Amino acid sequence: MSLPIGACDIRAAVAERRISAVEICRAALDRVQRLDPPLHAFLHVNETRALARAAELDRQPPPDAPLLGVPIALKDNICTAGMPTTAGSRLLEHYVPPYSATVVERLERAGAVILGKTNCDEFAMGSSTEHSAFGPTRNPWDLTRAPGGSSGGSAVAVAAGMVPLSLGSDTGGSVRQPAALCGVLGLKPTYGRVSRYGLIAFGSSLDQIGPFAGSARDLAPLLAAIAGHDPCDATSAAVPPIEYAARLDGDLAGLRVGVPRALLEAGVDAAVRAGFDHALSALQHAGAVVSDIALPHAPLAIPVYYLVANAEASSNLARFDGVRYGTRAAASSLSEMYYRTRARFGAEVKRRIMIGTFVLSAGYYDAYYLKAQKVRALIRRDYDAAFEGVDVVALPTTPTPAFKLGERTEDPLQMYLSDVFTAAANLAGLPAISVPCGVSAAGLPLGCQLTARPFEEATLLRAAHAIEGQIPMPPLPAA
Amino acid sequence: MERIAALARLELTGDEAVRFAGQLTSILAYADQIRQVDTTGVESDVASGAPPQWREDVPVPSLERDGVLESAPDADRTAGLFKVPRVLGS
Repeated sequence: MSLPIGACDIRAAVAERRISAVEICRAALDRVQRLDPPLHAFLHVNETRALARAAELDRQPPPDAPLLGVPIALKDNICTAGMPTTAGSRLLEHYVPPYSATVVERLERAGAVILGKTNCDEFAMGSSTEHSAFGPTRNPWDLTRAPGGSSGGSAVAVAAGMVPLSLGSDTGGSVRQPAALCGVLGLKPTYGRVSRYGLIAFGSSLDQIGPFAGSARDLAPLLAAIAGHDPCDATSAAVPPIEYAARLDGDLAGLRVGVPRALLEAGVDAAVRAGFDHALSALQHAGAVVSDIALPHAPLAIPVYYLVANAEASSNLARFDGVRYGTRAAASSLSEMYYRTRARFGAEVKRRIMIGTFVLSAGYYDAYYLKAQKVRALIRRDYDAAFEGVDVVALPTTPTPAFKLGERTEDPLQMYLSDVFTAAANLAGLPAISVPCGVSAAGLPLGCQLTARPFEEATLLRAAHAIEGQIPMPPLPAA
Repeated sequence: MERIAALARLELTGDEAVRFAGQLTSILAYADQIRQVDTTGVESDVASGAPPQWREDVPVPSLERDGVLESAPDADRTAGLFKVPRVLGS
């Protein structure tokens, strides 16, 4: 008998005792052992504890566990009690948190098995996973290419079939962009939809934890399991999660889709455009009505994003000073300890702390940081206006398919432009999903991004489900 | 560069200082385009998402002290303190 691969199939098989959670867990561990060496999606494999947890689930299956026995991988900036959490940084190389993030506790309650921690750009700062202190992750569609980032390891863990589900975090596109470049679904929930307690903070007005899956059907129960208010995160919203899985099916009659056509005029790869048009046709075929809209301030999303995110990062990363956690450099005075410990940040993190510190410093605060927050308000107003006429805004997720490893590391600005279509949803606090829409002539995955009103994740999943049903992805090329 | 690095308690190598100077200049030049936008009368947008959730101001258990000190590079567990190098004097 062949083992089920998808999350819903695994849950059903384990719940009906057709297969044990231990067998599922062992199969996933075998796949990681076999497939991960050239990919480097995992920083830590939680073998012993995962098997113990699976055995416990087999002995005493909790009732109504929507992810019973489902293996899941977590980005390594999500705290896991008793399991290493490095955020891809030398500063946290040996850090084992004394507590678990709220999402981790919710996953365990839902019956999931935490298989391990995945590679990411250091402190989630990057768009390729090349800024991890522990080496890059490779794209399973082409090992010479980057998987995107910063949640590259989580995208690859699902894309390569090692686990059916994973979590990442998305501050400017860090779930959606790698999802697009690796050919899986990735969702950034509404700001406040998912608790961030235990997520190592980067840009606090932008960060959201988001799920990866191979299908909308698998993604739905994962979102339902992690969403909802948490007293430990004051920014989490008192909006109860809904039964997303029950809203997937049916046509899209009456759904109005807006395309900000002006954003596609320059700098978008021809294959990406073709894939996007294919996705729009699929939406229309399912009954949606597509029209053009304008988001006049959206071209400013990248400059605004890199000012706001880095200002917040420079403040958040002040906590890495060698006092309370992580590594400490030998020093004879407190001041020297700060400097020498923080010298261990990687180049990209230092660059961003420098930018953020500059834009918050006396004399520049008004011109850069405050101005950026005002333009951010204009970007949000554009979306408010657009959502008076349409229900969903559609764009390609990325301007190009997966780029070569090393191609953008020495040109930070070029790397930042990978997020040109994704950053606006974070600035406006909106939910957005990337759904695969075919491959380029070179066989690289393409992604379509859909954005909706706050807390309308169900609409995104339904539209994504319609697209994936009409545009099947080819299998991964044999490794 | 030196002033900003000192504000952030960052130690840059000579090579980093040179590379960053050029890269930060081009990133900030790119960001300068937002200064052309008319934002007269626009309130800065910091809050996002749903309204914040308030809770009653009552004490609840927090992390166990021993577990937290366990993660520290240097601590006096008996006294319940983090330890750092000399702060005053030389």
